[in-house]
Amino acid sequence: AVLGCQIGVEMSYIPGQPVTAVVQRVEIHKLRPGENLILGFSIGGGIDQDPSQNPFSEDKTDKGIYVTRVSEGGPAEIAGLQIGDKIMQVNGWDVTMVTHDQARNRLTKRSEEEVRLLVTRQSLQKAVQQSMLS
Amino acid sequence: RDRRDRHRSKSRDGSRGDKSVTIQAPGEPLLDNESTRGDERDDNWGETTTVVTGTSEHSISHDDLTRIAKDMEDSVPLDCSRHLGVAAGTTLALLSFLTPLAFLLLPPLLWREELEPCGTACEGLFISVAFKLLILLLGSWALFFRRPKASLPRVFVLRALLMVLVFLLVVSYWLFYGVRILDARERSYQGVVQFAVSLVDALLFVHYLAVVLLELRQLQPQFTLKVVRSTDGASRFYNVGHLSIQRVAVWILEKYYHDFPVYNPALLNLPKSVLAKKVSGFKVYSLGEENSTNNSTGQSRAVIAAAARRRDNSHNEYYYEEAEHERRVRKRRARLVVAVEEAFTHIKRLQEEEQKNPREVMDPREAAQAIFASMARAMQKYLRTTKQQPYHTMESILQHLEFCITHDMTPKAFLERYLAAGPTIQYHKERWLAKQWTLVSEEPVTNGLKDGIVFLLKRQDFSLVVSTKKVPFFKLSEEFVDPKSHKFVMRLQSETSV
Repeated sequence: AVLGCQIGVEMSYIPGQPVTAVVQRVEIHKLRPGENLILGFSIGGGIDQDPSQNPFSEDKTDKGIYVTRVSEGGPAEIAGLQIGDKIMQVNGWDVTMVTHDQARNRLTKRSEEEVRLLVTRQSLQKAVQQSMLS
Repeated sequence: RDRRDRHRSKSRDGSRGDKSVTIQAPGEPLLDNESTRGDERDDNWGETTTVVTGTSEHSISHDDLTRIAKDMEDSVPLDCSRHLGVAAGTTLALLSFLTPLAFLLLPPLLWREELEPCGTACEGLFISVAFKLLILLLGSWALFFRRPKASLPRVFVLRALLMVLVFLLVVSYWLFYGVRILDARERSYQGVVQFAVSLVDALLFVHYLAVVLLELRQLQPQFTLKVVRSTDGASRFYNVGHLSIQRVAVWILEKYYHDFPVYNPALLNLPKSVLAKKVSGFKVYSLGEENSTNNSTGQSRAVIAAAARRRDNSHNEYYYEEAEHERRVRKRRARLVVAVEEAFTHIKRLQEEEQKNPREVMDPREAAQAIFASMARAMQKYLRTTKQQPYHTMESILQHLEFCITHDMTPKAFLERYLAAGPTIQYHKERWLAKQWTLVSEEPVTNGLKDGIVFLLKRQDFSLVVSTKKVPFFKLSEEFVDPKSHKFVMRLQSETSV
């Protein structure tokens, strides 16, 4: 029987209501090719940016942090990060309502060798729905 | 035309590039600094000298000393050379004014019979001569008939130049007149009149030259001057044009009296409690040293080094002393403001319609005296705390109060004079306005201003240090902005690689 629960009312954001999403944990070990620690992907978005320009979001008012590019063979690709993912948490810190610079700072702390991200994507939601229905 | 030459040069020494130019008062001023020479110092002077203390019969206070010094300054005998210059200028002006009239009047007086009658052209020329002379008179009155502002140490070069020019002009005209017209007994009167008109024209042009040289040239700012008072560092910046050093000095002094806060010697030094511990308690003993030439410098250096190494806490005390003083001043000020506000509520202006008993009606002076008593104490304490009490006598405060009452001023307007130290010109003129200043300069004072010149204006107790800088040359370029070009978009998604 179908339980009829409404998991993942997608990622649409209702002000004042907690956001519900299915997330995947991604653990990236930073690489040190030279002086800097790199993770091997690019982010876009933030509460100070224009959300209507985001190609990956379903809801064009979503101001979250999205992965816009994953470099080939980099630590992020190895760890399973995909382009279009929305990052919800970085090492336990929430990044759903932060500015672009704040998110960048969270990811690039020099004292941390690895970051644990909680990311969500469309395919995850669909996969869970299908498994619930079947 | 009356050109006053205010001085003649009184060079003390013949050297051209001399250092300082002073007008000495007869007798030594009482407040002269005594120079101490260390090598001639006699360490035993304290035992045998008699010291005059304040408790003797003929004690003079500091105020009396300043007053005596100022009296001696004022009694400098007026130099005859200044009056000589004025007299020379006046005679030259009269001469040049009367010359055209003489040119016109002499031929009819001397050889009337031989003179050709002169028709309408002459009459026109007569009218023009008359009006031009009138204009010249008015112009000279406007430009030159002024009370001299200062007596400069050296000759005012531009003015002297103009006087020489006028003199040469008039002399050459007389020369020509004498040879061509008087000797030859010129027949044509029209020629004579035209000759006179040309002189008047030339004089008008010299007047124009005078206006440009004396008044207009200095108006466009070319230099920036920084004026710093040597005792307390009060400083101002001014813009001036092309002037000689002595004229700039006069200009600066005019500005000094209404821009700079009044010089208050009581505010100069750090409080004694802070400085008392500065005196080093070290004594230096030399053990078996025979060499006495290097000893004094070696000793003093050792003392200084030891004093520097010792931990110095006087900055701490200075800070706390300052904070305490601030607090005290603010408290007294609050009391003063409240007292004055309250005092002012006791009187009001009598309206026309009200009928009052004549005994109750007061004039401003009586009104001032009536309310002064309630604020006197607070005022006195405040002035004492801010060390302003030498500048305000009770009489002056009463007068100011009367003034404020007459003009319907509020208590705040009355207090404006006491809460901040004002410029020197605000205080009682005879007491605080000094008249004699000394200009100390390495360049000759009739030189024009140049970039980098520094000179001093000295009084007995302080001096103004003036340094010059040229106003930079500005390169202005133009950029055209089309009003339709102001367009905006939302910020694009920025992408950062991590």
